[in-house]
Amino acid sequence: MMTSQTHDFAADAGARVRVEALAPVARFSLRVRQQGRAALGRALGLDLPERVGEVARAGERAVLCLGPDEWLIHAPEAETDAIAAAGAEVYAEAPHALVELSDREVSFAITGPAAAELLSIGCPRDLGRLAPGRAVRTVFDSAQVVLWRDGAEAFRVDVWRSFAPHVGALLDAGRAEIAAGL
Amino acid sequence: MLLIHCPYCDETLPEAEFAYAGEAHIIRPADPSTLTDEEWRDFLFIRSNARGPHYERWRHVHGCARFFNAVRDTVSDRFLLTYKAGEKRPDLASLGVAE
Ligand SMILES: [Zn+2]
Repeated sequence: MMTSQTHDFAADAGARVRVEALAPVARFSLRVRQQGRAALGRALGLDLPERVGEVARAGERAVLCLGPDEWLIHAPEAETDAIAAAGAEVYAEAPHALVELSDREVSFAITGPAAAELLSIGCPRDLGRLAPGRAVRTVFDSAQVVLWRDGAEAFRVDVWRSFAPHVGALLDAGRAEIAAGL
Repeated sequence: MLLIHCPYCDETLPEAEFAYAGEAHIIRPADPSTLTDEEWRDFLFIRSNARGPHYERWRHVHGCARFFNAVRDTVSDRFLLTYKAGEKRPDLASLGVAE
């Protein structure tokens, strides 16, 4: 019998690392000075984290501190209008920039015991020092990404849409090499 | 690859996340229209080109995106110190380096 070249999805269940493109979410960039932070936190229903890499969560909303005055918001798509309206409501009291980026980026999930090993083919960070629950902006093979660590063996990568084919293809090549035991 | 300490992230991170941004502590003239051509040329183009400790700007462009300052030895490529933008220029003696 000839060797089958068909992709065996059932075998993926036991794979050392899996890569999957995730469904769209609402994404916002928030820039606000110190004086406006409390008001924006109240509007969004959580305290804005102050340390770069920290994530605050409320329900399915996650707010990541990217820089000293910059945050990234992820939420279910259904909350898009509510988030924009919440910002507009406090604008007079707390001037800020709240920009929707939902269509700018796509996300991949990288999970499994070899998830960190797979990411290390493109990310120069010491991933052992990125604690579960945290996230950082960094690079993956020279494309800027936001890397979320959801668990010891679970990561997400947000990447600009135009870089996604490059990042996705490299992740898939690495996944295949790890699966082949290379 | 160099490892660079970002004073805003307070972490030591790979060079691939950073961009070099020229010599630090170059003060923009308050009233450029009063400058002679020579003074304007010096402001725009003339740099110290140090051999040894050099005060320079870096940007954590693929991280917190902040500009900050560093003292780097241009011979060994060793970073002696990084500090936030706007902080006073540290003297070399405080870094244990002979001026
Ligand atoms: Zn930084």
